[in-house]
Amino acid sequence: MKFWIPTLLLAAAAFGLALSGVNEYFFYAAYMVLTFVVLATAWNILGGYAGYVNFGTPAFFGIGAYAATVLFKWLDAPLAVQIAGAALMGGLLGFGVGIMTLRLRGIFFAIATVAVIFIMETLMINWRYVGGATGLQLLRPEPMAPFESYTRMLFVVMAWMVLASVAVARYVQDSWIGRGLRALRDSEEAAEASGVPTLRLKLVACVIMGALMAAAGAPMPMYLSFIEPASTFNLSYTIGALGGAIIGGMSHWLGPIVGALLLGSLQQIVTVTISSEVNVLIVGVLLVVFVVVAPEGILGLVRKWLPFSR
Amino acid sequence: MASFLQVKSVSKHFGGFTALSEVSLDIAQGERFGLIGPNGSGKTTLINCIAGALRNDSGSIQFKNLEISRLPAYRRTRLGIARSFQIPRPFHTMSVLENLLVPLAYVVHLREAEGEAAAMEILAGMGLADKAHGAASQLSQVELRKLELARAMSARPQLLISDEAMAGLSGSEVDEVLKILFELNARGITIIMIEHIMHAVMRFSQRVVCLDAGKIICEGTPASIVQNADVQRAYLGA
Repeated sequence: MKFWIPTLLLAAAAFGLALSGVNEYFFYAAYMVLTFVVLATAWNILGGYAGYVNFGTPAFFGIGAYAATVLFKWLDAPLAVQIAGAALMGGLLGFGVGIMTLRLRGIFFAIATVAVIFIMETLMINWRYVGGATGLQLLRPEPMAPFESYTRMLFVVMAWMVLASVAVARYVQDSWIGRGLRALRDSEEAAEASGVPTLRLKLVACVIMGALMAAAGAPMPMYLSFIEPASTFNLSYTIGALGGAIIGGMSHWLGPIVGALLLGSLQQIVTVTISSEVNVLIVGVLLVVFVVVAPEGILGLVRKWLPFSR
Repeated sequence: MASFLQVKSVSKHFGGFTALSEVSLDIAQGERFGLIGPNGSGKTTLINCIAGALRNDSGSIQFKNLEISRLPAYRRTRLGIARSFQIPRPFHTMSVLENLLVPLAYVVHLREAEGEAAAMEILAGMGLADKAHGAASQLSQVELRKLELARAMSARPQLLISDEAMAGLSGSEVDEVLKILFELNARGITIIMIEHIMHAVMRFSQRVVCLDAGKIICEGTPASIVQNADVQRAYLGA
């Protein structure tokens, strides 16, 4: 109840905000920030709870965007179907990548996930139907009833997706799955010896992560009215996802929310007020500072300063 | 007669190095069994093959007449084989209590509240009750060894493999751990003890096997092992 009432209130608030007179640009910027919250939350399920650092965020995000594009172009599918289809494809990719790479540990797993990005990007560059390397212009349908613009509608969709992915992450963390993931993060041998089916749990985490990341990518082509491989499979999604989780704190589902909200907002503000080049620099500097000074992220700092906050 | 643990001509190679060659063992239910041998003789490799951290290249391992040598480690734990690690591997981001909740949830399938009660009982038996809510990373060396045993016991095993649970402990601490192992055995748990501290193995074991260079060089009662010329040669290099 302590979780669900605020969640429902936030869902309603996002809806109300989209119907209000707030400037259109706010929704345009907020959509990107919220996308990063979903990505960071999803990343943390495998990266934070299980300790498997995944650099392949763009591969999952991208397969979601392309799955949605295909569903839209081929079947004229509505947005909800595009998102569901994207999540399914992301989950499948998570399963495939997981079964091939999750036996690798540490740095080897991380490198393998980078390779997945390039494989996916190369496949899309060579696929004529989705526009190949030049990309594909998409004509947005009319927004649904109460919304006056498509961007406002996408803002609400992404806000609800944030709430859904946080609910999933929270469930994973508090359930027996989360305890097993933490055990295998601390010591894989000891976890196995304690009866934890480590490979199976890592696969579950990887599938959930992939599905959520792909779902986050699904509305992107509609948001831009355009899709093309280089920006879809951009490494900035890697940095945004793991940056949000590391800066916020990886041990709790709140961490990636706090980190991604902060990082994403800062990036949007800097892009507008200074330049879009500087915003990349800021993420880099913040990451270095946090890794060195506060490896447990903002949550770790709060716990240190307020000993009763737990 | 139903056998308990039966290891039949098990071999294990690492590249060109033969860690175990044709090792056979028969361990009876309720036995206190000692495994000794100089460093690098294959003791830990053998118990890794039994517990599932490693797969043997050839031979068979049967636990209660069930072939287990191809099962993943977690399945063997669920069948009743638990182990402690030579170098303690606590779940260091968890509390001591939570360490025990992992096997209690994954092997015994207890709910949270039942699990906590069961964990507290085990910790009390080990003399770790006052540390239950402390971080596992804050424990002393002897407490870490006890945590290894406590976590292994939380899987409610029939066979407990204790891999050098006493290495680096002081005399009175060794006695403490020995007392715990005797108590567990009195409750019907079969124990394989790997140990370098001779007086401890000799006092504890009913039967001892000595490994050298991946082969069993002798087997017998503690008294006969000490007298054995091959064992003396393996240890003292005469």
